[in-house]
Amino acid sequence: MRSLRWLRVPFVITYAFLYLPIVVLVVLSFNASSSPFSWGGFSTRWYSVLAGDADVLRGLGNTLVVAVGATALSVVLGTLLAVGLQRHSRSGLLDAFALAPAIMPDIVLGIGLLAFFSLVSVTLGLHSVLLAHVVFGIAFVAAVVKARMSQVDSSLEEASRDLGAGAVSTFLRITVPSIMPAIIAGGLLVFTLSLDEFVIAFFTDGPTTPTLPIVIYSMVRFGVTPEINALASLLMLVSFTAVLAAQRITRLTDSV
Amino acid sequence: MTAGPIAPGRGAARRRALVERTALLGPGLLYLLAFMAIPIALILVYTIFTRGRFGGVVFTPTLDNFTRALDPIYTAVLGSSLAIAGITTTIALLLGYPTAYAIAMLPKRWRTVALILVVLPFWTNFLIRTYAWIVLLNSEGVVNQALVGAGLIDRPLELLYTRGAVVAGLVYAYLPLMILPVYASIERLDPQLREAAANLGAGRARTFFDVTLPLTLPGVITGALFVFVPSLGNFIVPELLGGGKTVMVGNVIRDQFLKARDWPFGAVLALAVIVFLVVLFVLQSWASRRVSTGGRDA
Repeated sequence: MRSLRWLRVPFVITYAFLYLPIVVLVVLSFNASSSPFSWGGFSTRWYSVLAGDADVLRGLGNTLVVAVGATALSVVLGTLLAVGLQRHSRSGLLDAFALAPAIMPDIVLGIGLLAFFSLVSVTLGLHSVLLAHVVFGIAFVAAVVKARMSQVDSSLEEASRDLGAGAVSTFLRITVPSIMPAIIAGGLLVFTLSLDEFVIAFFTDGPTTPTLPIVIYSMVRFGVTPEINALASLLMLVSFTAVLAAQRITRLTDSV
Repeated sequence: MTAGPIAPGRGAARRRALVERTALLGPGLLYLLAFMAIPIALILVYTIFTRGRFGGVVFTPTLDNFTRALDPIYTAVLGSSLAIAGITTTIALLLGYPTAYAIAMLPKRWRTVALILVVLPFWTNFLIRTYAWIVLLNSEGVVNQALVGAGLIDRPLELLYTRGAVVAGLVYAYLPLMILPVYASIERLDPQLREAAANLGAGRARTFFDVTLPLTLPGVITGALFVFVPSLGNFIVPELLGGGKTVMVGNVIRDQFLKARDWPFGAVLALAVIVFLVVLFVLQSWASRRVSTGGRDA
């Protein structure tokens, strides 16, 4: 940055802007005081309060059911789609269609699915949230896997076919292992997204099975409490770990 | 890439390719058709029908929903949503472009780290990221405490529940979506072009506005699209940081679907959001085509 020293100013502002709120939340989550704002010494009491909060735990359970299910389904459908697009899609139109859910405003997808489930008389609950999350899940897995597919050497697949292996066995024993890191990374991203997704769940969930973000929404609307700070810190830890893991998995294999 | 070099007769090979194609593409595309394309088509269709009594629609065609959307109450909401989304996008660009530029100038090792740090907050819970700003901007919040403590102000400022708070929350939420595409377009830029411009006597400002900026325009427009569209449809930030005083089109859509139970009218407002999405999308593909044919974009 020799002659562009002034660029440091927006650079520093951006990172301060991005991380200051996070640092404040994490610090305040260890606050002994009951006031969410003023510091009263170090304590982990809000983490204990959190661990005993039945609503939060129930929401967490619901969210995990949705996230695990949505991840599994997205990984299968998204991987098949990515391989298919890489090999068989001549126009960019199918690619755009497959990746559309990633840029679709979530409120549009949310109300659309609400209208759809109502039209086909599906009662709302965790199953409808799961089905909804797979929509963007497919797009993210497909995007990550397709990027990897374009780097994979297709001669192994051809050799496998030449040696008489069928299409299915070639796919499972050659193609899938060679793109496995991307599949895992895509799955981790979908899991994180589903865990944190609020808007679509808000429209497609039933009243008796709130997911964790819906529980958080009602807590946040009620006001600021130190317990939310603790919950926020834990959730950020989970997301950061998953994203860094996904990043590491793709990078390690890219450099090989 | 074709299916394989074995050719046991053209008909059989073609049939096998078709089966493979269907098996790979079929499930995912059918899923997206059922749970994305049809639901969105449904929203578009609902715009011309009549509301049902308890939500849903009665299939009597009407244009009332559109005329109602032209009511000054709703055009004002739409106008202020567009303004807020526009200001958000502008601030994100003014902050994001130089940041992306600075990242692109870093040594390669640090570039990856800097990019991960940009993306990381984006992957955390949206509600939590918005909530953090309540903690910061509250009258007893961190920012006010710091300002009072530093003796800059006597009494806490009203920071929360303002338009400014809504914009801050939206910029915070979507800034990474501006930085990434802009960075990608700057990184692709051939440094020789800038050197050539400098050698030909162009000043730094002229080089930037005549060479760098036009060639990175597709990235800028993609970033603007990624920031503008979700800002426009957002209802969480205006609710939590605007405190009900700043109503955006997303809040009205949400209320029409979940409270007022007037789905067709909510669908018309959603259509407005979709239209802006499509317009920006067309603009984006036009800009990237123009650069890739006119310039020497790789």
